[in-house]
Amino acid sequence: MPVDVILPRVDMDMVSGRISRWFVAEGDIVKKGQVLFEIETDKSAMEVDSPTSGIIKDISGASSGDILVGSSVARIFQESEPYTGKTAVSSASELKVENKFEKNSFLDHDKLESISDAVDVSSNQKGIANATPLARRLAKEKSIDLSLVQGTGPRGRVQSEDVLKYKTDFIADSKSNSANISAPSDLSVKKLFSSGSFIEVPHDTMRKTIARRLLESKQTVPHFYVSADCELDRLLSAREEMNAAAPLVDGKPAYKISVNDFVIKALAQALIRVPDANVSWTEHAMLKHLHADVGVAVSIPGGLITPIVRQAETKSLTQISAEMKDYAARAKARKLKPEEYQGGTTAVSNLGMFGVKEFSAIVNPPHATILAVGAGEQRAVVKGGQLAIATVMTVTLSTDHRAVDGALGAELIQTFKKLIENPLAMLA
Amino acid sequence: MSGTYDILIIGGGPGGYVTAIRAAQLGFKTALIEREHLGGICLNWGCIPTKALLRSAEIYHYATHAKDYGLTLNGSMGFDIADIVKRSRGVSSQLNGGVGFLLKKNKVELIWGEATITKPGEVMVKASTKSVAGPPIDAPKGALAIGTYTAKNIIVATGARPRALPGIEPDKKLIWTYFEAMVPQAMPKSLLVMGSGAIGIEFASFYRTMGADVTVVEVMPQILPVEDAEIAAHARKRFEKQGIKILTGAKVTAVAKGSDSVTATIVDDKGVTQSITADRMISAVGVVGNIEGLGLEALGVKMDRGCIVTDGLGNTNIPGIFAIGDVAGPPMLAHKAEHEGVICIEGIKGLHVHPMDKLKIPGCTYCHPQIASVGLTEAKAKDAGYELKVGRFPFMGNGKAIALGEPDGLVKTIFDAKTGKLLGAHMIGAEVTELIQGFVVAMGLETTEEELMHTVFPHPTLSEMMHESVLDAYGRAIHM
Repeated sequence: MPVDVILPRVDMDMVSGRISRWFVAEGDIVKKGQVLFEIETDKSAMEVDSPTSGIIKDISGASSGDILVGSSVARIFQESEPYTGKTAVSSASELKVENKFEKNSFLDHDKLESISDAVDVSSNQKGIANATPLARRLAKEKSIDLSLVQGTGPRGRVQSEDVLKYKTDFIADSKSNSANISAPSDLSVKKLFSSGSFIEVPHDTMRKTIARRLLESKQTVPHFYVSADCELDRLLSAREEMNAAAPLVDGKPAYKISVNDFVIKALAQALIRVPDANVSWTEHAMLKHLHADVGVAVSIPGGLITPIVRQAETKSLTQISAEMKDYAARAKARKLKPEEYQGGTTAVSNLGMFGVKEFSAIVNPPHATILAVGAGEQRAVVKGGQLAIATVMTVTLSTDHRAVDGALGAELIQTFKKLIENPLAMLA
Repeated sequence: MSGTYDILIIGGGPGGYVTAIRAAQLGFKTALIEREHLGGICLNWGCIPTKALLRSAEIYHYATHAKDYGLTLNGSMGFDIADIVKRSRGVSSQLNGGVGFLLKKNKVELIWGEATITKPGEVMVKASTKSVAGPPIDAPKGALAIGTYTAKNIIVATGARPRALPGIEPDKKLIWTYFEAMVPQAMPKSLLVMGSGAIGIEFASFYRTMGADVTVVEVMPQILPVEDAEIAAHARKRFEKQGIKILTGAKVTAVAKGSDSVTATIVDDKGVTQSITADRMISAVGVVGNIEGLGLEALGVKMDRGCIVTDGLGNTNIPGIFAIGDVAGPPMLAHKAEHEGVICIEGIKGLHVHPMDKLKIPGCTYCHPQIASVGLTEAKAKDAGYELKVGRFPFMGNGKAIALGEPDGLVKTIFDAKTGKLLGAHMIGAEVTELIQGFVVAMGLETTEEELMHTVFPHPTLSEMMHESVLDAYGRAIHM
């Protein structure tokens, strides 16, 4: 029997992926463990090894767009084995989504997400759609992407009437936007601009994921915001001293701690001191985390990604600094591993380097909080009735009000402020 | 007695008892109120006992045609109507006991008596005063007695009864309903059947096979008015060949009763009047919902043309009061009632349910030859604006049919030419009531002609005609 090469789930969030390139060609002799192809998921690029040795045939999905996780993308035959011809790619409904997550380990939020996504695979129609024959035929005739049609049949299967209804909605939408509360259709948006006045760039998986997750968050998470001004002068002088004390390696300082590294550590410690804010909301229970895993938003071309500094409260500033440097470099190359950017108990988004004074960020579930950090700048402050100059940074904490109430959020930001303004307390 | 339940179901017919069992499966504390017999009309006075009678007629038919199959019968072939009726009653009684067992097994409590909904959530059960047919049946062992019972959800599943035309009301002696027609004390020599729906035609078929002179009067231009015209015409030809007289577009305007016969005045659509005298007459002009005495009017439950108005999921306009089956409107079929009941109770449970698509409810008539259909007739499909592809395959072209000695029949399929959607399937001939389900499944799964063409049908079976009919719709039939 030939061995199927399967598009693996390399990312807990992953429903489908795109093969960005193949390293082998049809008919090549491959060895077990040899890199066969590279997958581009919404957040990273991953190389996939050959499951066995033999001759690779039936390479598919080279540039065929999104491929459902678990689909066969090639087959490897033993050299003695006769080539039996192509077989159909297995359909979505046949795929079993493995549930290989342990129970009762609430510290890992990936599970929450991937379980709900696992349901998506069968109920949602990505790739090869779960649709009746008639629905498939109608969709083909009317050039409707079945993956966009909400199925109402058994197990979310798309019925013919769903396709017809989708078409009606689509037409109604493009004809009149009145009384339509859902997002405007692509067509109606495009109609607002003269043709030729724009170029159209199809969304990649990262863009789709960002859109989906943030929309979901803003629609389902009741956001609440608290802001505080933090004086940075003591932190800045501590940072200067520490960086000056860095030993030289190959003529370069071994580390260079940034303000952001302090922010990460301060937020982690604040969460440990205010444990009720270090939580995740689920419908039936509050998950109280035992460690503070801080996600840090890193802007990369075409989007952003949030690698996570695990147990940041236990790490030294130099450790955090080194970790972030490594994360940033690999994030830009899209080489982060899923376990490096999934989960987390909170997040930091810093736009200070752009001179932004303050902003508020969108909570990224399963987090219950996110800290938006503005630029540190010299401001006039009043101290003991006297006007004085201080370096001040405004931070805004967004909370999921279901999990973190106003006063609790305020307590967290107050604790954070104390730590930032007295950085030695952080080191204690 | 009193008691509080999650679900109280009024009526133990196929709709009611199936709903009760499903309710129990879903974990509801459930009770069923029945006044006369578990299994309702279907099991006691309808579907089941008529099938028993028709089976006797079928065997009688084969026995009298034994020669056609190379068999010789020494002596004469006869029948005793009392024994045929006895067998039919025995079949009902056996299944009736089966329903009682199923309820007990599922821990559904049985309350014996006549129910009135006194207010939402409350049902008063009085002793059964009258029985609809036959002598009153005593409460089964373990049934709860009369009293006031409460439940958050009350499901009305009281079924239907024969419709009576003014002036031609059945008297149970000379003018029968299905109740009397099912238990004849003697074979009438001649019989007039008013109405050619499934009930009228099945009795016409039974009595004709047993030797009676049968005339069927139908007010519509075709017999079996809900069936496809081509199938109905085919049936008519067969019935007439068997010696059944059929008058369509004709109306019984008056009936004069003699001492042991009736004389009906019949006017056809051209205004021509004739009178027909027969020993007995069966009134089979449809059924009406049992909506009386339940307290529905006082509660303001919305009704229309003798049926309770529901939203397709069993909800009436009054919260907490539901209706399913015949009493909730046509088609008045046992399998529709069962399915509607399940949808209703699953909806109450909060499961994801859809209203039933009435175009996917099959209908079967167990006359000889049998008739079975699902979906739109050719005429209705045309009226709906579809461009059609129609396939036909005759029994004559099927090996199994020839071997069975049943070369007369037709399988007709109707597709939407544009999409390949199977719009309807209509069959007449031997065993077609057992075949139709193949097309019902196909329609449910929304298969197009393509999947049906790719389906392997076993050889030799009558089902091959289903395949051929589909092929024929696209000009690809093999054995024709």
